Amino acid sequence: MTNIACPACVVVPPEAIEPTSLANHSLQVTVPTAHCVGCISKIERGLQQIKGVKSARVNLSLKRVQIQHDNPPDIEEKVLNCLDNLGFAAHILDSKVLENTTDDVSKGLLIRLGVAGFAAMNVMLLSVSVWAGAEGTTRDFLHWISAAIALPTVAYTAQPFFKSAWSALRIRQLNMDVPISLAILMAAGLSLYETIHSGEHAYFDAALSLTFFLLAGRFLDYQTRAKARSAAVELTALEVSRAHRLKNGVVETVDVADLKLGDHVMVRSGERVPVDGTVSKGIGELDVSLLTGETMPQDIAEGDQVYSGTLNLGQALEISVSHIGQGTKLAEITALVATAEASKTKYTNLADKAARIYAPVIHLLALVAFVGWYIYSGDARLSVGIATAVLIITCPCALGLAVPAVMTAASGKLFRLGVLIRNGDALERLVDVDTVVFDKTGTLTTGQFKIVQVPSDQHLQLAASLAVYSDHPLSKAIVKQSNGTKLLKATNIRELPGKGIEGIVNGQKIKLGRADWLKVTPIKGYVQTWVQIDDETSKVFTFEDTLKNTAQDVIQKIKNRGLKVVMLSGDTQETTDRLAQKLGVEQAIGDVLPEEKLAIVQSFGDTVLMVGDGLNDTAALAAAHVSISPAAAIDAARAASDFVLIKDDLTLIDKCISLSGFSKRLMLQSFGVAAGYNAIALPIALLGFATPLLAALAMSASSICVSLNALRITRG
Amino acid sequence: MSVLVYLVPISLFLGGIGLLAFFWAIKNKQFEDPEGNAARILMDDDEQ
Repeated sequence: MTNIACPACVVVPPEAIEPTSLANHSLQVTVPTAHCVGCISKIERGLQQIKGVKSARVNLSLKRVQIQHDNPPDIEEKVLNCLDNLGFAAHILDSKVLENTTDDVSKGLLIRLGVAGFAAMNVMLLSVSVWAGAEGTTRDFLHWISAAIALPTVAYTAQPFFKSAWSALRIRQLNMDVPISLAILMAAGLSLYETIHSGEHAYFDAALSLTFFLLAGRFLDYQTRAKARSAAVELTALEVSRAHRLKNGVVETVDVADLKLGDHVMVRSGERVPVDGTVSKGIGELDVSLLTGETMPQDIAEGDQVYSGTLNLGQALEISVSHIGQGTKLAEITALVATAEASKTKYTNLADKAARIYAPVIHLLALVAFVGWYIYSGDARLSVGIATAVLIITCPCALGLAVPAVMTAASGKLFRLGVLIRNGDALERLVDVDTVVFDKTGTLTTGQFKIVQVPSDQHLQLAASLAVYSDHPLSKAIVKQSNGTKLLKATNIRELPGKGIEGIVNGQKIKLGRADWLKVTPIKGYVQTWVQIDDETSKVFTFEDTLKNTAQDVIQKIKNRGLKVVMLSGDTQETTDRLAQKLGVEQAIGDVLPEEKLAIVQSFGDTVLMVGDGLNDTAALAAAHVSISPAAAIDAARAASDFVLIKDDLTLIDKCISLSGFSKRLMLQSFGVAAGYNAIALPIALLGFATPLLAALAMSASSICVSLNALRITRG
Repeated sequence: MSVLVYLVPISLFLGGIGLLAFFWAIKNKQFEDPEGNAARILMDDDEQ
């Protein structure tokens, strides 16, 4: 019986209201292909229909979905399936990794920016009244109010500059923030002095505008780095490192970090080995391409050592953990990467180069102005005023904005195209490149097998009819090749791990598997599998790694730029040469070990771009002048690269190169604009004609010009 | 001149309200997803 407790109950009876779940779980999923309002509504609506999902909100800037749910079973799978059906590539993000990222600095900068903007605008309001001709007490009154607003504001909002300048001065060095802090402090101090003495000129608005524009540059700079950082964190969060541990016959899923030496871990067919260990049960094959670049599967049997990151191609294996933490192969490569990074020469980016010239010159000029005018006029107040005007008017605004503005625009554009910039000066370094080194397996190729040669159509049909019952990648490739042919029914199917698969198809006994099982000698240089019909001679299927369809394009584009292309691979020289010929790469070296890759890349010096995806590329990626890794690259490789391709399109590499040249041009142009303004404004200031109005105009005009120039990148 | 004595504080007060609104907006995560907010105005919500 309905219980009418309030007027609303008439419309909605109490039974109809579900009790809200006390547990509030959240899930974060990355959806890199979401790009418009249609995507937002599709995703949010679609996900909200899943039972157990309370809310779903898309963040289009970070390309993530935040899902609140009450933890129904298999929620992660349901979410991924739903997104897949809607047509969005999606990956679960490890919340633990994401939780640790706080953005307090960004918030702090934004608040300071707001306060500085508010103060600057209000003080400018008052200053315009003064410039319009306020005199006497009115002028003093307006100056005093400006002081009351400006001084606390400067003390609060200009702190980032003061802190940075102080940290440089403490080690007896100059950075860009020293003249900036000096300009702000002197402008505020001088203006206060003038106000107390009923002076004509007060530079409060200049001090605040300076702070505002430079904070804007700072904020943009930080946002670019924050985006790169959050993306880097996201990439790490993609690798949810779990393992299936066997304990007393029960399989439990644990974090890899919780495994101990001697633990037994199960690796199912198609899964990656999560940890270094020895095989305690099972035989089969492993795909080691991510580790060494070899496309030929590696045979393993009981007692063999296996490494984390390799893919299990055969039946389930049981591994006994042999190394954890520092002893693993991964740790070895990490150490190699560390030495590679340490030996790299430090790169000074454009902003730092500009600061090195700018800071001492500006201090010198201000000093010269003060000394010169003091000698000439004997008036300290006048001399200090002119020196301060010189400091302000030379306008570090444009310089402080030039590089961040272009970087923000460029990285935003690249993000939309599908490339993540992980290092601030990566774009600048890309301009110096004259050699591009490509890894083969997984970078130029997809890592999936494609049939090269088929013995006959009859063999293909029979083999495929049997192969359809196997999960082995070579079997899958055979089935794919037979697409269109009618498959026959197979019976008495037996899969023999480490050997192959056999059965009866069309009344004939078919065996499909390894050369040694069928007692034939394998052919050199090809990944292969053999098929035998009854007692006839066995025939061979040969395979090769599928070339990415953008690989040919990008190599052609890079060669058209006049850059040298080199291919390095851990795979055999024959396979490497074959692919090099197909792509038109002149220099190709195979059988390369990770240390050798590093050495070769280092030998090219300061002009090499390395593109790679596997563990064996990681050291080379860290050592190269610039490095790029595809999205499917191993975690460590992505962490060592300057750029990460989110979209699987290799021609984006060429786009990065072209955009880097354009960005550098824009940055230099912006410096040119800043220099131009200074060339006009400096003589005016030195000669004593600078007024607060002129300073404000010069500052605003140059900052706007520089920002507009940066936006030109969208046309690039 | 006398009019300035109370006009200036009034304008500062009004400006101050704007500043407080800015602080509230930051706290309320209004600036976390600028692209999403821009796109959402075009969304067709089901009218009830």
